[in-house]
Amino acid sequence: MPGGSLIAKQHFIFKGVEAMEHIGILEGRQKQIFEKKSGVEQVDISCDTSSLSGSVSQRACVFCGSRVVLYPVADALHLVHGPIGCAAYTWDIRGAVSSGPELHRLSFSTDLQEMDVIYGGEKKLYHSLIELIEQYKPKAAFIYSTCIVGLIGDDIEAVCRKVAKETGIPVLPVHSEGFKGTKKDGYKAACLALMKLIGTGSIENISKQSINILGEFNLAGEAWLIKAYYEKMGIEVVATLTGDGRIDAVRRAHGATLNVVQCSGSMTWLAKEMEEKYGIPYIRVSYFGIEDMSKSLYDVAKHFPDHPEIMEAAKEVVSEEVKKLYPQLQKFKKALTGKKAAIYVGGAFKTFSLIKALRSIGMSVVLAGSQTGNKDDYARLKEMCDEGTVIVDDSNPVELSKFILEKEADLLIGGVKERPIAFKLGIGFCDHNHERKIPLAGFIGMYNFALEVYQSVMSPVWQFAPRKGGSL
Amino acid sequence: MKHAKTATQNACKLCNPLGACLAFRGIENCVPFLHGSQGCATYIRRYLISHYKEPIDIASSNFHEESAVFGGSHNLQVGLKNVTEQYKPDVIGIATTCLTETIGDDVPLILRDYKKAHKNGSPMPIMIHASTPSYQGSHIDGFHAAVRATVKTLAEKGEEQNLINLFPNMVSPADLRYLKEIFREFEVPCMMLPDYSQTMDGGPWGEYHRIPPGGTPASAIVNAGSARASIEFGSTLEASKSAAGYLQEEFDVPRYQLSLPIGIKESDKFFSLLETLTGKKRAEKYEDERRRLIDAYADGHKYIFEKKVILYGEEDLVVAMTAFLSEIGMTPVLCASGGKSGLLKKRIMELVPNMEELGIKVREGVDFVDIEDEAKVLQPDFLIGNSKGYTMSRKNNIPMLRLGFPIHDRFGGQRMHHLGYRGTQELFDRIVNTVIEERQNASSIGYTYM
Repeated sequence: MPGGSLIAKQHFIFKGVEAMEHIGILEGRQKQIFEKKSGVEQVDISCDTSSLSGSVSQRACVFCGSRVVLYPVADALHLVHGPIGCAAYTWDIRGAVSSGPELHRLSFSTDLQEMDVIYGGEKKLYHSLIELIEQYKPKAAFIYSTCIVGLIGDDIEAVCRKVAKETGIPVLPVHSEGFKGTKKDGYKAACLALMKLIGTGSIENISKQSINILGEFNLAGEAWLIKAYYEKMGIEVVATLTGDGRIDAVRRAHGATLNVVQCSGSMTWLAKEMEEKYGIPYIRVSYFGIEDMSKSLYDVAKHFPDHPEIMEAAKEVVSEEVKKLYPQLQKFKKALTGKKAAIYVGGAFKTFSLIKALRSIGMSVVLAGSQTGNKDDYARLKEMCDEGTVIVDDSNPVELSKFILEKEADLLIGGVKERPIAFKLGIGFCDHNHERKIPLAGFIGMYNFALEVYQSVMSPVWQFAPRKGGSL
Repeated sequence: MKHAKTATQNACKLCNPLGACLAFRGIENCVPFLHGSQGCATYIRRYLISHYKEPIDIASSNFHEESAVFGGSHNLQVGLKNVTEQYKPDVIGIATTCLTETIGDDVPLILRDYKKAHKNGSPMPIMIHASTPSYQGSHIDGFHAAVRATVKTLAEKGEEQNLINLFPNMVSPADLRYLKEIFREFEVPCMMLPDYSQTMDGGPWGEYHRIPPGGTPASAIVNAGSARASIEFGSTLEASKSAAGYLQEEFDVPRYQLSLPIGIKESDKFFSLLETLTGKKRAEKYEDERRRLIDAYADGHKYIFEKKVILYGEEDLVVAMTAFLSEIGMTPVLCASGGKSGLLKKRIMELVPNMEELGIKVREGVDFVDIEDEAKVLQPDFLIGNSKGYTMSRKNNIPMLRLGFPIHDRFGGQRMHHLGYRGTQELFDRIVNTVIEERQNASSIGYTYM
């Protein structure tokens, strides 16, 4: 299978201000964009910084980061402490499904009003919590602070302690004031809350051949697919953080032997903490595309060398799935060979997998970017990409569109904010963000992915698009 | 079971800045700019995109911790400069957020400083500032605040011209196109604000537009102060908060406030007002639309008579829909809104004086859990409102008819008509079909004629 390893290492050029000028890249943004060219020395991409004031970033805020990570915990109460917007915009927006309780799909807000801003929102928070816990009987409560909470001086910690004591459930503050950093800081705030739960449950009867699945959010049931593969290999999954998440499972997570981390951006910090505190090692994996999906299972199996039957089972799972999948993909590959894709998704790790997955169906990648990649991620991205590929960090619609048109992409992979950009320009689109309703992870996910790409790229509707000669 | 309710659960409203961003999208070559954290702009963009299916750029001053401590002046100024350079807008529509309102940023002062500092640079865009703290009111207040702020910034006194201002409220792009058409037919120039009929529902692009084509030009808004009259839709909208109210007070432009023209009676009022103001008779095509609508009422009346409905949404929409449902023999057993003007019941009573006799109940400031509790008692035949009622619709097995904003789970919300005879016709057909479909599905026989 063609993959990143087959691509010769190349060097990069910092494209420079003059080349960027015509598309109006903002001052201070040039360092977040590269075009891969051969024979020129490597320059570091600037990333991990906050968005520039006045730019129209595709990024979000600290609160968003926390909300994303904790959202799938289905038996917890998620109370957003602040004015109504933050809760309203995150009501049931993700495709994270639950096999049982669905408390995460409701939206709770203290809906702070002017008087609360003046006199403080602690009382309102306290009463809200007591009433909601009484009504919904959650296993725990997460309290998200939004922008103004810190400013008005509410002592969330104290309220949480008091309510925890009175109700007997964990009540965990999540310090996610929107402006206090980037989305990544929000991930960390969420992980801090999770760390408070981990270690509080009994780890009796947990098998030695056990793992936690980290950074898998069960969008469209993806965690179930992944879990089934591991279970076929004879591995016990102690907790999934946080897809189809349950508080009791989170509490027992320290009983697992290995942490398997997907979505590197959100959960690596937690994995490191668990390594330090509980001595649980972690590996990073990706479940997108045949190559990375298979590798994930093998990497986990490798961790249990005393149990060769696990590796045997992993091989069996892979061979069985690939045998089914491979012929099905050929129709798509035939149609899509030579088509070009642009990728702009949240995490860099996902970008790596998507590049490989696209190659396996005959497509090349002409633009690759992420909202939250770090230096190592971008170095690896550069290594993987073909010559001429544009690499961007924290991009915006203007930039994205210019590159997409310049590079004549046939497909954009992104989230809901990128979708209308693609469609306006008459380009196919695949939604690879948290709103998706079809599983794209796992082996079956690769089929769905190929199908979706095929359906969008091959649609005859693009014949009317201006870029194909249609009238404006 | 009734529960004590301090928290808002499944809100039936959105926050103030969202409405402002939408309104600013209805000004030509204007960039909405949120003074606050990055998340506000991103969430609002996402929310609007899911309804309108259009790219929506909203700039942000991207607050950081230092900005919250030392004030957001620096961030706002850098942001304005960057937006000016990259977007070359005619107008920047600045809306505040809960964060910047709470730290007390004096935006007008910052804007004055900015203008002073950059007066020798390239042409300065017009800057409009709307104060939209999320802890006050809801999205509809932000919408009106932005429209009023726009008029306040731009309108000038001048010799009275043959011009009518139209402030249409938060209606669909299709409605806006219909309203423009009506004014064209009356052959009277109209300054409609906002006009996002094209910016939020436009055609394909050959290249990315930083700002999509369409919208009311700033130069046209200048004339609002010399118009003959302003027509403003929205029965709970007070003059002190509205654009037409400002123009009346400042420039003596008479303000004609109407309910959103939904249903025959309210549409008649709108067309009659236009006839009075222009001295012209409405075009024959609108008489035809009206005749067809009355004919449709007759054809469909039996399906819907005394059907019980729970209506929810922005207050003005709820008032107008209540009037419409009453004239076709349906009973809105609950008229609910997340908004809280204090005027909802009063305005409904003005249009439907026998509301109590009809069993119409009105509740302001509610969320979907309140509405659900009511539904359990009231046993409505269906729900009418935006997509956000779906959770309770599904849970309680009550059919629903989608209208207004947002429509996140159906296609074409931006092209849905609500206003005038044409919009009423569309609504009426959909309502009747909702009932018929329910009946057909529920029947064990599977009638092929209904």
